[in-house]
Amino acid sequence: MDKTVFAESFALDNAAKDIVEIRRRIKYEGELDKSFRDKIAKSAHGEKLYGCIQCGTCSAACPVSHYMDYTPRKIIQMVREGFKEEVLTSSTVWLCASCYACTVECPKGIKITDVMYALKRESILGNYYPKKSPASILANNFFNQVLNNGRNSEGPLLIKMYLKTNPFMLFKNMALGFKLWMRGRISLKTEKIKDRKALKKLLQSVEDKSNYKVKVNSSSLKEASAV
Amino acid sequence: MKYIYYPGCSLKSTGKLYEESLLAVFDALDIKYEELKDWNCCGATAYMAVDEKKAFVLAARNIALAEQQFKEEEEVNIVAPCSACYMILLKTQKFLEDNPEDMAVIKAALKESGLDYSAKAKIRHPIDVLVNDVGVQEITRRINKPLKGIRVASYYGCQTVRPYSTFDDQRNPVTMDELFKAAGAEVVEWTMKTRCCGASLTGTIQEVALPLSYIILHEAKKRRADVVTTACSLCQFNLECYQTNIDAKFKTDTKIDVIYFTQLLGLALGLDPKKLGINRLFAQPENLYKIMEGGKPVYV
Repeated sequence: MDKTVFAESFALDNAAKDIVEIRRRIKYEGELDKSFRDKIAKSAHGEKLYGCIQCGTCSAACPVSHYMDYTPRKIIQMVREGFKEEVLTSSTVWLCASCYACTVECPKGIKITDVMYALKRESILGNYYPKKSPASILANNFFNQVLNNGRNSEGPLLIKMYLKTNPFMLFKNMALGFKLWMRGRISLKTEKIKDRKALKKLLQSVEDKSNYKVKVNSSSLKEASAV
Repeated sequence: MKYIYYPGCSLKSTGKLYEESLLAVFDALDIKYEELKDWNCCGATAYMAVDEKKAFVLAARNIALAEQQFKEEEEVNIVAPCSACYMILLKTQKFLEDNPEDMAVIKAALKESGLDYSAKAKIRHPIDVLVNDVGVQEITRRINKPLKGIRVASYYGCQTVRPYSTFDDQRNPVTMDELFKAAGAEVVEWTMKTRCCGASLTGTIQEVALPLSYIILHEAKKRRADVVTTACSLCQFNLECYQTNIDAKFKTDTKIDVIYFTQLLGLALGLDPKKLGINRLFAQPENLYKIMEGGKPVYV
């Protein structure tokens, strides 16, 4: 759906707009993306998603739900209703730290953490993810680092992320980095496996054999991971 | 029995002390192991967020490599000390078992690389190995320097016991506590055992992550713990290395030793602190040494 439609306001003349911003707070049924629900359920291998009873156990179990713009319970309902844009641009998806508390507690056996992963993927694919948010940039950089080297190197990964998002954080964390370095716990070296060629081939072959295509080299990803 | 040791990326950098202490404890208890050759990253949480299938094949490659390396052995037991690695390997096995179509794709892709994936390998956490294979009784017998008077708050973190592991309870795990009781320590009853420490959010969204770590440290102190023991490299890093940041933010004192469970166990086994990577900690656990020598705790 087009963004302009989504942000549609009441028809106001310019003068009125200067005084106060008036936005429609509800969405009409015709504006919802009804296929979104099935797409996410399929991507998360979770048809159980349909059986959510909205009890809120997930939101209660979640240690970060009070920072989210929509709690896990709300997100599930919004996915089912088809609030695609709101869900994919929400902070919720990127605040999920994958602690699986919700998944373990859900009385209906919904794998909520996997739903969150599906939303993260959808958010990156559809280019909805927050471009300056370190969480999504970290995921992207991590992905490319492992794709190229087979291993993750914490030092270069974090430096890249901070440069891309908030260079001030790099400065702020310098003392911490130095302390770690003094104790041999971090280095700037990029770790690599020996058989990188085979690994790349392996990953490519999975993509070729799969029914759905995940475009890793989409422009949005490139932009996010290039420093 | 011989184990195949899959360290994962963080045990080679920020969690170096975990690797050192784990292997030292394994050696002391005569546990035989061999490192997995040319292992790759498990994919952790970030890979799953970008491309699921590739995340699963990354983990499956490690399992297949282990099966290849141990094809002469009767059993393939992969020891994955990092919680993320442990969980991802388990998750991969479970996922592939439940989704035969994906299993076929991944198996075929691995075959092209000359690897054979079968569901034979068992994924084990070091706590599981110590408690269930070595046994608490045997460990009690090997204790050299009992942890008398030390109050231990064992912290398991999220992914050690959730959601696929079966060696302990998912809400109130007790295996680590058993180890420390065997080593002569007092264990603290608390509800923070599996609460999230903030994970990678400490690096990305600190406003959210620091309170999470703070709650855990605060609860441990409130229950008069002398030390918090962890079984995950990210938990240890978050709870120890951000203590100054947390104190500054919440105007409080959360100073407490946060060490790997293998380090504390190693001390109880009478191993050299240097071999256990204690020198790599931000603060030396002077408090623990004092209590072990019969002194009073410095800070409560």
